Amino acid sequence: MEELLSLAVKAIFVENLALSFFLGMCTFIAVSKKISTALGLGISVMVVQAITVPTNNLLLNGLLKPGALAWAGFENVDLTFLGLITYIGVIAAMVQILEMVLDKYFPPLYNALGIFLPLITVNCAILGGSLFMVERDYNFAEATTYGLSSGFGWALAITAMAGVREKLKYSDIPDGLQGLGITFITAGLMAMAFMSFSGVKL
Amino acid sequence: MSQTKKELLVDPLVDNNPITLQVLGLCSALAVTSSLQVAFVMTIAVTFVTAFASMFISLLRNQIPGSIRIIVQMVIIASLVILVDQVLKAYAFEISKTLSVFVGLIITNCIVMGRAEAFAMKNPPIASFIDGVGNGLGYGLILMLVGVIRELFGSGSLFGVTIFQTVNNGGWYVPNGLLLLPPSAFFIIGLIIWGFRTWKPNQVEEREYKIQSVEAH
Repeated sequence: MEELLSLAVKAIFVENLALSFFLGMCTFIAVSKKISTALGLGISVMVVQAITVPTNNLLLNGLLKPGALAWAGFENVDLTFLGLITYIGVIAAMVQILEMVLDKYFPPLYNALGIFLPLITVNCAILGGSLFMVERDYNFAEATTYGLSSGFGWALAITAMAGVREKLKYSDIPDGLQGLGITFITAGLMAMAFMSFSGVKL
Repeated sequence: MSQTKKELLVDPLVDNNPITLQVLGLCSALAVTSSLQVAFVMTIAVTFVTAFASMFISLLRNQIPGSIRIIVQMVIIASLVILVDQVLKAYAFEISKTLSVFVGLIITNCIVMGRAEAFAMKNPPIASFIDGVGNGLGYGLILMLVGVIRELFGSGSLFGVTIFQTVNNGGWYVPNGLLLLPPSAFFIIGLIIWGFRTWKPNQVEEREYKIQSVEAH
């Protein structure tokens, strides 16, 4: 249990997907103009991340790993090279299913998140989370924790960014830096702030 | 076709750069630039994938039904990325270790999807191929620029060859450690954007709020 907690804290702060691995940057920069939309996107990323990482973990251990197909009589089959296409397929399918479920059972939430859901498929944070899970050889419990907390970390970062940008639009910025330029520098300063967590050990 | 082939190739380098203007493909641009060699390999990989993905998608563009086009594009892109990944693992294992998940993340690199959606679905294969190469190179240009700054001033070398003898090895150069850390990439790209937009003022974004001078009472 303690291990999982420490993994969660690490995934949220120290190894924040957005600010220390730069994943999901395109949406991070593009959709962080207003706090409300940023929060909506953050939450949907968290939900998708929490579902896809454990699912991909199950698929990896049950189908793709060398020897994983032993139950079907193929002891020596190694399908790990199909990993990338499997993960992206799972992500695309999950986003689609989530969209349909939300549409049917939680229409207000669906209307709030609507436009962001399809965007999530191409958000690198999601695929990145699954790939980190593979690279670090997480088991199912770890994968679930990692999915949830890394999604939360990303949501935290984009919401904070939106907060800064909402204030920033009133300031007098040199013409060339206006918009994208200053956003990058702000993100850099935030990344430095997040780096100060790197000494924290649980 | 409104643009000539040369324009298709040169335009994305500065005038319509995928990173500084279209805001596409930022993730890997920031993460793999701490050494020039890695940035170089990444440039080649992305250019290859963008060019061929655009070409294949353009070849199939009249057959792909609109409702499932994203999935079809994903499958084409993912297959190309798997190819790149396997080649890197076979011939450049060290670099593929450093790039870790970022090779896989070319799939979700917005440049590839963005060009497929915006250009390849509407244009013939050869033009799409050139557009893909151009955008890959525009991406690479920024990547190499950031890579040069970070490696030269962060560890005093270029492509792993020592240029400035660092203090630790008995030289004179005190390396700037911050440049090897992730946040520096943000600053450098921010400043590059500033530079580009001072050079080409038509890229400057509109202000949301104009500061007006208030008359003194």
